Amino acid sequence: MSHHITEGKDLFYAYPDGHQAVNGISFRIHHGESVGIIGANGAGKSTLLMLLTGILMPANGEVIIGEVRLNKDNMAMIRQRLGMVFQNPDDQLFMTTVHDDVAFGPRNLKIDEPQVEQRVVSALEQVGILHLKDRAPFHLSAGEKRAAAIASVLSLMPDILILDEPTSSLDPKSRRRLMKILGGFEHTKIITSHDLDMVLDICQRVIVMKDGQAIADGPAKGVLTNKVLMEEAGLEMPLSLQGCPVCGGEKT
Amino acid sequence: MSNIVNAMYNIRQFDELARRDSLIHRMHPLAKLLATLVYTVLLVSYDKYATIALLPFVFFPVYVAAAAKIPLEPLLKRLLYIEPMIVGIGLLNPLFDHGTVVVLGYAISSGWLIFLSIFLKGTLAVTSALLLIATTGMDGVALSLRKLMVPKIFVLQMMLTYRYISVLLEEAARTVQAYDLRAFSSQRLKREVWGPLLGQILIRTMDRAQRIYDAMCLRGFSGEYCIGKAARPGWKDIIYVMTWGVLSAAFRGINLPLWLGNLLTGAGK
Amino acid sequence: MHMADALISPAVGATMWAATAGAAAYSIKKVQSKLDDKKIPLMGVMGAFIFAAQMINFSIPGTGSSGHLGGGLILAILLGPYAGFLAMASILIIQALFFADGGLLALGCNIFNLGFFTCFVAYPLVYKNMIGKEFFAKRIIIASMVTAIIGLQLGAFGVVLETLFSGKTELPFSSFVLLMQPIHLAIGIVEGLVTAAAVSFVWKARPEIMEKAALNQALGALPIKKVMIGLAAIAVFTGAVLSWFASSHPDGLEWSMFKTSGKEELEASGNIHQKLAAIQGETAFLPDYGFKAAGKIEPTEEQTEKWPAVNGGTSLSGLVGGMMTLLLAAFMGFIINVKNKVKKRSE
Repeated sequence: MSHHITEGKDLFYAYPDGHQAVNGISFRIHHGESVGIIGANGAGKSTLLMLLTGILMPANGEVIIGEVRLNKDNMAMIRQRLGMVFQNPDDQLFMTTVHDDVAFGPRNLKIDEPQVEQRVVSALEQVGILHLKDRAPFHLSAGEKRAAAIASVLSLMPDILILDEPTSSLDPKSRRRLMKILGGFEHTKIITSHDLDMVLDICQRVIVMKDGQAIADGPAKGVLTNKVLMEEAGLEMPLSLQGCPVCGGEKT
Repeated sequence: MSNIVNAMYNIRQFDELARRDSLIHRMHPLAKLLATLVYTVLLVSYDKYATIALLPFVFFPVYVAAAAKIPLEPLLKRLLYIEPMIVGIGLLNPLFDHGTVVVLGYAISSGWLIFLSIFLKGTLAVTSALLLIATTGMDGVALSLRKLMVPKIFVLQMMLTYRYISVLLEEAARTVQAYDLRAFSSQRLKREVWGPLLGQILIRTMDRAQRIYDAMCLRGFSGEYCIGKAARPGWKDIIYVMTWGVLSAAFRGINLPLWLGNLLTGAGK
Repeated sequence: MHMADALISPAVGATMWAATAGAAAYSIKKVQSKLDDKKIPLMGVMGAFIFAAQMINFSIPGTGSSGHLGGGLILAILLGPYAGFLAMASILIIQALFFADGGLLALGCNIFNLGFFTCFVAYPLVYKNMIGKEFFAKRIIIASMVTAIIGLQLGAFGVVLETLFSGKTELPFSSFVLLMQPIHLAIGIVEGLVTAAAVSFVWKARPEIMEKAALNQALGALPIKKVMIGLAAIAVFTGAVLSWFASSHPDGLEWSMFKTSGKEELEASGNIHQKLAAIQGETAFLPDYGFKAAGKIEPTEEQTEKWPAVNGGTSLSGLVGGMMTLLLAAFMGFIINVKNKVKKRSE
């Protein structure tokens, strides 16, 4: 299924104030892969996601989604295949009810209303919040908001899910529930996060970013257990891989 | 701070009321809007001295509140906030109106009738407007505006404002609280912080607008706002508007209290 | 100050609604034609920002009191007059609905008073001319002050005129003007200072925002004359049509009855009204005259219809009838409540 390949080729991007946020990064993500993008604050993760979705255009290099080079003309078409979940659900849930928010994308595609309805119900069922259909976003808990934000892109039936810090500001139970939902998806997943335990749990592959470059790209367990590498990126090993603080024993 | 908290509480309370279910809630939003508009126009069409004659206009809000099971407390609370301004303007009238009127053998300034009239009209108009939102909700209002051919762009923009009011009220509350905790003085902002405090929120707001725009574009937004088809008004809705339109017009025309009073006291024959 | 339903006549309310709808339709056309769909979320969120900012107390130096932001000027500066006007309209609609600020019929007046004068008069004629091509901190402060004051003075005068033409109060024009304008001078100064503080801060921290805003407005230069003429035409037309149906003083007949010296007046104005009613009886469905026309046919009933008449007996039956009406309304509410409860139990 080569048509679901997501590729970044030698990407560069600098903000108007001169800050070089992405500084020559290349990667190739295959269909069905789950890739975690990790790095300290300011490493360029969010900018990279914006480049992948065409919110920002690279100064240099190219983004290829399913063999097609992303440009202004094919952007609308390519974006249908990408589902981007923002870090702050309040930025994504801009309608006044959960239902209308989930229906926003399909309606923009000019799909018939009965089919829109089907998609809404199915998207809400996938994240387990069908009962919140008619609620206002400000009546939702953080976990429910996150689920609604995910449903709002699932209704577009994307091939590739892009999630920016999906577990931030969630309580442990909501986080666990969200990880279960994410683990159940067969989509290609690209996830940025500081929650390295979640990355370890969900992603097979990890790209480590530092100063806008990839300093490592490999299987999750190998990368995340590499203490030297993690220190260099300004990160720490996932808690679940660190030794037990009480008995001092090493986890295997 | 208390202002912000009150506003937040008020909006949420009415939003929640509007999501309840009742005979009135199930009515088409446009029907409720039209009934309220006709009612208000007829109510304010009374002359400035009308007092007892407009009492039958109490029926409409009482009916809506009872049938929609809307509690009185939020309505009264809002009235308490609004009334001082209406009362203030009303109270000036006895000073300027030099006519007198005889009520039960006592002569009083007819300005008091104006005051009473303004008070009654204000109370009834405010109550019926609040009942409209408490039984219809902002989504319903948006839907009726669409039915009235208001351009989609305006409706979308208004709904975005409504959606983000709660987000920005929270943000303002947090910011002012952070100021209070370190200012140790009052809850009012000193001159030096006006710019930084308001400007910071403003810049954050504009950045947020950019992110929202991005989120919209990623889901296919291209400047046109697509809403699903709304239900058409049914015969029940038409009957509702007709009933209250005719009743209001009848009350406006026949002075029911006087008729009742004459009946009971045998006067006026 | 918000104009309130209690102070307004249907004719004035409808006229101002028409003027507001005209200005809004024109603004929507302008915003749409610029094809800048990025502006829609910006307008929406900026509206919410103003809403929240209005709730913040600003301590006014040297007075011990506090003031609030209105927001019209900030919206005009950052969004341009058209988008600014529409954002202001949204805020006022939401306030009228959720906070009952003003009311539904007075909403047209309020959008016009608080949105139109600032965005379409004070901003293009005063602010833009004073600011010129480049920003300076001092210029921003002075221009904001002057613009805010002028915008609010016009708005306050609008309230005075609307109240006067509605004829629902006995406030003399001069006293009302003397009451309203000075209050709004103070409000205008606060508005100007707060606006200047916020705008200057944004300009220093993120100059590109201000530059972009200025650029946007250059694209949509305001044909102020065209707008004014169009609006005046709408207002005159609506006003004329409506006063045909119901004059803005529909109460001449009735209130003259309350004045002790009103006997002769009653007959005189009664005559005029009968003539008017005869003309309008055929065309008008607006109740003010429609029902009076009925009274004309049976003049004896018209006497009893007006309350309170000078006659003490009639005012007594009026009071008794009023009480009865309220009791009936309360009874209706009670019955519906009981029915609701019974229904709930049986479910």
